[in-house]
Amino acid sequence: MTSRERALGWLAGLGLTAGLVMAFGVAPREATQGNVQRIMYLHVPAILVAYLAFGVVLVASVIYLWGRAAGADRLAHASAEVGVVFTGINIATGAIWGKPTWGTWWTWDARLTSTAVLFLVYVGYLLLRGMVDEPDRRARAAAVVGILGAANIPIVHFSVKWWRALHQPSTILGPEPSPIATPIAATLLVNWIAFTLLFAYLLTARMEIARFEETHAG
Amino acid sequence: MTYARRTWIVLWKDLLSERRSKETLNALFFFALLLLFLFQFALGADRERLTAALPGLLWLGFILSGLVGLGRAFLAERENDCWEGLLLVPGDKSAIYLGKVAGNLILMLLVEAILLVLFAVFFDVDLGAHPIRLIVVIGLGTLGFAAVGTLFAAMTAHVRAREVLFPVLLLPVQVPVLLGAVKATEAVLLGEPLGAVGHWLGLLAAADTIYLTVGVLTFDAVLEA
Amino acid sequence: MAANPPIQVIGLRKAFGAHVVLDDVSLEVRPGEAVALVGPNGAGKTTVLRILATLLRPSRGTARVAGYDCAQETERVRAHVGLLAHGTWVYEDLTPLENLKFWATLGGLPRGLDALHGALAAVDLDRVADERVRTFSLGMKRRLALARVVLARPPVLLLDEPHAGLDQRAGKWLDGHLGGFKAAGGAILMTTHSFGRGLGVADRIAILTAGRLAFDAPLHGLTPDDVRRLYELHAENGG
Repeated sequence: MTSRERALGWLAGLGLTAGLVMAFGVAPREATQGNVQRIMYLHVPAILVAYLAFGVVLVASVIYLWGRAAGADRLAHASAEVGVVFTGINIATGAIWGKPTWGTWWTWDARLTSTAVLFLVYVGYLLLRGMVDEPDRRARAAAVVGILGAANIPIVHFSVKWWRALHQPSTILGPEPSPIATPIAATLLVNWIAFTLLFAYLLTARMEIARFEETHAG
Repeated sequence: MTYARRTWIVLWKDLLSERRSKETLNALFFFALLLLFLFQFALGADRERLTAALPGLLWLGFILSGLVGLGRAFLAERENDCWEGLLLVPGDKSAIYLGKVAGNLILMLLVEAILLVLFAVFFDVDLGAHPIRLIVVIGLGTLGFAAVGTLFAAMTAHVRAREVLFPVLLLPVQVPVLLGAVKATEAVLLGEPLGAVGHWLGLLAAADTIYLTVGVLTFDAVLEA
Repeated sequence: MAANPPIQVIGLRKAFGAHVVLDDVSLEVRPGEAVALVGPNGAGKTTVLRILATLLRPSRGTARVAGYDCAQETERVRAHVGLLAHGTWVYEDLTPLENLKFWATLGGLPRGLDALHGALAAVDLDRVADERVRTFSLGMKRRLALARVVLARPPVLLLDEPHAGLDQRAGKWLDGHLGGFKAAGGAILMTTHSFGRGLGVADRIAILTAGRLAFDAPLHGLTPDDVRRLYELHAENGG
């Protein structure tokens, strides 16, 4: 483990602890939903970081197609994996949150559906990578899916939004000024930073593993 | 204008080959017929349920036949190493991509027309008195499908398990197009004017533009063996 | 033109992962010359051709066609090279004329009916110009591939086992064409397995075994038996 990895690991751990403390200590108990609402502090940061991850996949994919740098491909792969994990966390925490509050594990509302589509696209990306042995062809094919998947995100967003809505109107990414109280906002922010640090740590660790695999497989 | 000429010659070659062999078209025609039977068995004789589900059923039929048809998109190129020939062609290869998309689009539209006729005849459904509107909606939706489908077909042509990987990659990307197309088709079949679904048409057009652009920019990389 | 030989390969190395296919191969072909690259299966002959044709990138070393680098200046190289590989690049449902028209249009070659018919006549296919290729024999398909190259008139020809699958008559006929191509100043690099007909119009022979060039000398004065003995000598020692 490199020192950078170790540092990131510690920072992430610290951040997550702080986030957890704030989620139960600082943030208020929600009136109608009760304590289960605190899962939001996992649920929202997870998807924000997932978007970051897929953004990194997009940039790394473009860089790879431009100059064929193996490092860019490794970054895209690692980021896609981590992004899929965080999307999964978002969906799972969403289901856990939804069952007591909405009465159901899943509905086909706008936000859930588009998140599920995002998940499927990048799982497909990972499946594709698993099925191509030749490194250059694998990297090229994956780059195309990575670019298309990311370019598709706004299209998915609008199509699904116009199709239905059951979710809360977006408080962070929406156009209207967000009506969040300060303790909630602060807790969200801390958890978001913690998750981003966790993302950076996982990404670095995953890339180390990939580099190791490459030098020992060839 | 050599770019346009090269796009045209690829389209010409595909259409000519298909007209001579009729392999894909015949297979898809029978596939469409089979789909009809499947839908009938699944939904039974309940006319109300059928009419309510009609837009979705139509697009389900379009997508399924599209998957079968697009999966064969580069079949001729794999014979006799023609793929290699395309790769060694000088200049911008994206002309080949656009020619292929055009060919696949025409093929899919033909099959969709057949499906529409079969639906009208066998399910005795009224496809509405506004064929132009229906054509616009179906055209925009199918273009998006053909654009990504052609790109992914080329990408998976040399990959193992391509028959399962191709739909797995294509379908999640097509979800918004499918949603928009079904919603717009529903409105058109109810007699609404195109203006009422303007936002959907705009979205489809935006999606089509994005997909074609990504295809044009990345086809060179995809074609390399 | 001495500064830029039609085909030049220096220290070429190609590895697929851990598997080394070519190891330090150097070769040159001059205008009007035909070199036969001979070697057992897996020696790397096709790999050399594919690198020169810009279908593969070398792991190390340089490959040049008419002075242009095959890895860096692929478009220029593609304009100077005609490739006749195992695949004939033929669309089965089209006629020879239509096939030529397709490749000519894509390649920016002369596409007028006169030019197309001329190329077909040169390979003796103009009588069947309007029949579907699906009915053709392998020899006829190979001739169609050659017609494509005739139309393009590249200065360099890369041939992968050009005599494979051809009968006596077609083989003689191919040699005639290649002879004419050489006489016009073209350069040929071809791979082959056999020593009789397969050497055809070759002026030099290069023996490639286990990724290395074991022998490279003119064929002048050598009989097919001499060649076979040389081959066995080097192929046995190769590695």
